[in-house]
Amino acid sequence: MRIKFDEQLRTLNNEMISMGNMIQKAIQDTIDAFFSQNTVKARMIMKDDELVDREQKLIENICFQLLIQQQPVAKDLRTVTAAMKMVTDMERIGDHAADIAELTIVMSKSPFMLNVEQVRRMSAETIVMLLSAVQAYVERDMEKAREVIEHDDVVDALFTEVKANLIKMMQNNPNNAEYAADLLMVSKYLERIGDHATNIAEWVIFSCSPENPQKNKYD
Amino acid sequence: MEYKSKMSIRNLNLYYGDNHALKEINMEIRPNAVTALIGPSGCGKSTLLKTLNRMNDLVENVRIEGEVLLDGEDIYGKEVDTTVLRKKVGMVFQQPNPFPMSIYDNIAYGPRVHGIKDKKKLDAIVEESLRGAAIFEEVKDRLKKSALGLSGGQQQRICIARALAVQPEVLLMDEPTSALDPISTSKIEDLMEELKKKYTVVTVTHNMQQAVRIADDTAFFLLGELIEFGDTKSIFSYPEDKRTEDYITGRFG
Repeated sequence: MRIKFDEQLRTLNNEMISMGNMIQKAIQDTIDAFFSQNTVKARMIMKDDELVDREQKLIENICFQLLIQQQPVAKDLRTVTAAMKMVTDMERIGDHAADIAELTIVMSKSPFMLNVEQVRRMSAETIVMLLSAVQAYVERDMEKAREVIEHDDVVDALFTEVKANLIKMMQNNPNNAEYAADLLMVSKYLERIGDHATNIAEWVIFSCSPENPQKNKYD
Repeated sequence: MEYKSKMSIRNLNLYYGDNHALKEINMEIRPNAVTALIGPSGCGKSTLLKTLNRMNDLVENVRIEGEVLLDGEDIYGKEVDTTVLRKKVGMVFQQPNPFPMSIYDNIAYGPRVHGIKDKKKLDAIVEESLRGAAIFEEVKDRLKKSALGLSGGQQQRICIARALAVQPEVLLMDEPTSALDPISTSKIEDLMEELKKKYTVVTVTHNMQQAVRIADDTAFFLLGELIEFGDTKSIFSYPEDKRTEDYITGRFG
């Protein structure tokens, strides 16, 4: 019974995992390239974003096929709708990796002008969030997904700190303003990646939860 | 929210000889709503539908225990006249079954049986019923022609109009669109949306998507048992029973 349907769902799952791996690698490479000021690697990351976009289109197509051919309901429907939403978040994470790579090239012209330790910590926390979100999806682990959602506060708090320091830096020496603004952008992209990881975790809960988390909420 | 049920099924058991076809069914049918009965073949959904206007009385060896209430009155009570009951609780079947007579006479049949002779009154009832079944415009110029000359979808709407002509309160529909093409199906589904404003509709369907589209409440049956009953949106997004999930997602049935 429903051999083709299950096969389509398996294909969807495999492609989702594959896209999850792609963006994990993109972010890790991006962070590496940024802190080592490796412009060759940065250019490669920008180019490879195309592959992420292509994967998104592929997954959307699989979802459309599933919706048209199988008219899924219940858990199947949640799996497909969650996948469609998650690929949008994953694609945006890929975009932000490319954005940071672009800034890596801009900022490589001079050595780091301030202690980037905070940004380094922020990027480490963001990577943890993203890895956990993808893992939560692969393992259908709602507990892990909840941890990701809670972890977003850590990244947000770090961003607030980084921002305050960069403002101070601009005030102290306006010559550094451009540099500080670029670094602020990098931090903001990292913070947004954390938000997208949170979204992915929320969709994991949506697709795995045996009962409606919104139940009675809008009654 | 509290509401008064149009029909209540209480501890209903039905046996065909030794076969226990319905087991301890308890259900409340909301007024002015569409309730869909779903489940694999032989699960008892059509049997249950037929208990709601005592069509099962005609079956040999049938034994029914429990209560079926219509506005609080047991329809299996000794004093109940089944002709009156079936006027209140009308039925439309899977295969369109117009009588081999004119469209007009098909619709006027019920009212005539119930003693209406006045031509003007009958004309009004025929028009109103055909309009209620969203078919008047299509047949108004051929009312005296045979209903058998119509398409399947039109015939089914004639049958709905015939059921409406005796001013029922509840309309039972046994897979009313399974013999129809998609356009006719869509017309009947739109019609059900309209009908529930005035009537209470209970329908059996094998089409899951149809249940999602038209039903306010859905009941899932399996081997004579009511497995899950609730608002359609919940049943099709977060079914509580694994058997419901397995059925609606096509894992069996």
